[in-house]
This record gives sequence, structure tokens and C-alpha cells, in this order.
Amino acid sequence: MAGFLGLFRRDLRLAMRQGSDTGLVLAFYVLAVVLFPFGVGPEPEVLGRVAAGILWVAALLAALLSLDRLFQPDFEDGGLDLIALSPLPLEFAVLAKCAAHWVSTGLPLALVSPALALVVDVEPRAIGSLVLSLLIGTPGLSLIGSVAAALTLGARRQGVLLSLLVLPLYVPLLIFGAGAVEAAALGTGPRADFLLLGALTLAALPLCPWASAAALRQALE
Amino acid sequence: MISRFANPARFIRISAAVLPWCSWLTLLVIAAGLYLALIAAPPDYQQGEAVRIMYVHVPAAWMALNGYLFVAVASGVALVWRHPLAEVAARSAAPIGAAFTFVCLTTGSLWGRPMWGTWWVWDARLTSVLVLFFLYLGYIALVNGFDDPARGGRAGSVLALVGVVNLPIIKFSVDWWNTLHQPASVLRFGKPTIALSMLVPLLVMALGFMLLFLTLLLLRMRAELNQRKALALRLNSRPLPAPTRPRAEAAASARPAALR
Repeated sequence: MAGFLGLFRRDLRLAMRQGSDTGLVLAFYVLAVVLFPFGVGPEPEVLGRVAAGILWVAALLAALLSLDRLFQPDFEDGGLDLIALSPLPLEFAVLAKCAAHWVSTGLPLALVSPALALVVDVEPRAIGSLVLSLLIGTPGLSLIGSVAAALTLGARRQGVLLSLLVLPLYVPLLIFGAGAVEAAALGTGPRADFLLLGALTLAALPLCPWASAAALRQALE
Repeated sequence: MISRFANPARFIRISAAVLPWCSWLTLLVIAAGLYLALIAAPPDYQQGEAVRIMYVHVPAAWMALNGYLFVAVASGVALVWRHPLAEVAARSAAPIGAAFTFVCLTTGSLWGRPMWGTWWVWDARLTSVLVLFFLYLGYIALVNGFDDPARGGRAGSVLALVGVVNLPIIKFSVDWWNTLHQPASVLRFGKPTIALSMLVPLLVMALGFMLLFLTLLLLRMRAELNQRKALALRLNSRPLPAPTRPRAEAAASARPAALR
């Protein structure tokens, strides 16, 4: 447990001290969302109709953008070898790194989303659901992303490869996350979407660190 | 028994004997299947002649799923028992499966235009098959994405196993969601809901597609093994040039391109 917390705190401290990591992800999120009114037109009806999808797709891309930070720096400077040799099981090390990744990207994304929701005319009564859906869904983004990040360590054209691997796997989270916001906006009750979204994240919680650890062991072989 | 047939040299020998039979049988069964499907089978009372697309679409969809299952099982064997041939099999099967998935998507789209009035709808079955197609592409890109082919094979194996979660989603998408795509009519509990005059051509075509998969798989595996042998021979036969002379340096810089 001490090793788990230590690794979590170290990763978090690295993200905080570098500062630009979280800031860049947030800036990308804001910019990506702001682009849509230019693309689909500024009419509130049109924007309000697609807003849930816009916010979720932008959050997904922002999370994707920060995935290479998960293992790549440690892989390059050899820190990953030491983490793998430490008594902490590699699965838990992955979990600690995912938790730190979520706190430094997913959580800030969820917290700034109400402000962006106002920009793209989300129904005011759906804003609570939007934040909640991002809070439930973004840990799943970090966990599933960790598998792809571990698989592509040391690959050529890592960035493109990473997005090709991870975006198809993100589809279920996107469907139910945006679905929850949509249902709340229409007033039909987002309960079912929230339950399915939670189920996906909970299923990813034990399975993804396991798959990531397997992929990391292959990479370090 | 697995290890007996997992020897690459023995595989090359056996596959050379099997391959001609396999190819001719494939040709025969697909020719018979096409005759039964395109000429002998009756047109549908609702869909008319367009139903004949089904005889290509459904077997292609089955082979898309079976192909992925094959890649995943071979990847699992490669990860657990480290059989070199299992990794070659997974790597060779992926493009074939991707091609079947593409055929399935294209024929479905061509059928959907006159029947549903649209080329594409975002229903659960279509979307999950599209995700399967992207999983195939991701697997192929990952396997070829490393300078060290062995590392690519191992990473691909893990990815193939992760992607298996999509297979039950595709199979049961028509039952779980209220989709535009029709539910299963052959592989279901109880009797098939398809007329015998249409079921027979469908099954013959399915057998033909399975044989086609096997033939292409054997061909690709042999090609992959021969390519590796050729690469190993070339790496062994060429002496390293002395690094001091300028001409040798030019040769050294030109070599990686020649190896590719």
C-alpha cells in the first residue's frame, strides 16, 4: 500500500510541478469545444442538440492527447524498469499511475465542463449530469488508455498508433456518457446510462491494469 | 500434439502437400455455392433478387468474427506457450479477417440501400462490426509498428486478447438492442427461421468462405515463414563492411533500405 501511495504521489507531483501537462490538456479541451460553434453554426437550438456529444468527444480527445505521458517518460529514463523490479505488483503500479493520470487530467476536465457547457448551450438542468457522467467516465478513459499506452511503448509513430488503438475501445464510454447527458436534457432520466457507464468503468478497473501490466512486461522484456 | 505441428519446418512440408487440394476444393465449393445462390435459389417474396447479396454478406460476417476469434486464440497460444508458429498464424490471419469484415460492411451497405433506403445506419450491429474492422486495422498497425518484429508480435497478441470483448457485443447486439438489423435466423436456439431452399446455398457458401480463409491463411503463413528465412539468410551471408573506408560507410547507410 505504501508503494502504491508513493507512486501515486510521485506521479501527481511530477504532473503538478511540470504544470504545463494539465494546463495543455485543459487548453486543448476548451479550444476543441470552442471550434464546434464555428463548424456547425452558432444557433442555440443546433448547438444545444449536439452539445453533449461535442463535450464528450472533446474530453475523449483531450484524454487521448495526454496518454503518452503515462509510461513514455519512465520508459525512456529507465524508471519503468525500477518500478517493475519493486515489490509492488506491476498491476498495482499501473493502477497508481492511472489514478494519478485521472487526477491530473480527467478530474480537471470534469470540473471545467460546466463553464464550457454554458458556451455550447447545454440545457441548464443537464449540467449536473454532464459533470457526473464525466466523473464516472473519465477514470475509464485513463484505464483503457493505459492498455494502449503500454502496448505502443517504443513503437514507430506512436501517437497515430495510440489513437488508432484506443479510439475504437472508447466508443462504449462515449455512447453511454453522451447518452446520459442527452437523457437528462430531454428529461427522460439518465439513470440507465449512468448505471451502464459505471459498469464499464468498474469492469475496466480490474481488467485494464492487468492487461497493461502484461503489455508492460512485454515491452520491458 | 500442438508442439508436433508447431515446428515451422514441418509446417512448411505439410502445408505444401495440403495447399493444392485446399485451393481446388475452395474453388469448387465456392463455384457450387455461387451457382446455388445466384441461379438455383428462389428470389425472396419481399426482397426479390436483392436477397442474393445475403449469400455473400452472411458468410463474410461469420468469417469476420471467426477470423478475429482465430487471431485471438492464436495470440493466446503465442503468449502462453511461445510457439513461434502461433504468432505467425495470428499475424497472417488478421489481414484476411479484415478483408472479410470489409466485404461484410460493403455488401451490407449495398443491400441496405434498396431495402432500408439508406447506405448506413448507426445501429448496434453495424457499429460494433465497424469497431471490429478498426480493431483489425489497429492490430495490423501495431504488429508492424515496431523495428523489432518480435516485440510487435507480442504487443499485438495482448491487443488481440483485449479486443475479444467486442465479439459477444457483435453477436448479441441484435438481441440486446432494438436494432434495424434483423436478428439471427440460422445460429439460434430452436429451428432456423430461414427456408431450406435458402439455407442450403448459404451453408455451402459459408463452407466455401471457410475453405478460402484456410487457403489464404496457409499461403500467407508460408510467405511469412519464407520471408523470415530469407531475411535471416541475408543477414548471415553479408559480411559487415569495415567502418573506416568512406565507400564502406556509404554501403552501410544504404543497407537498411536494401533489407527492408
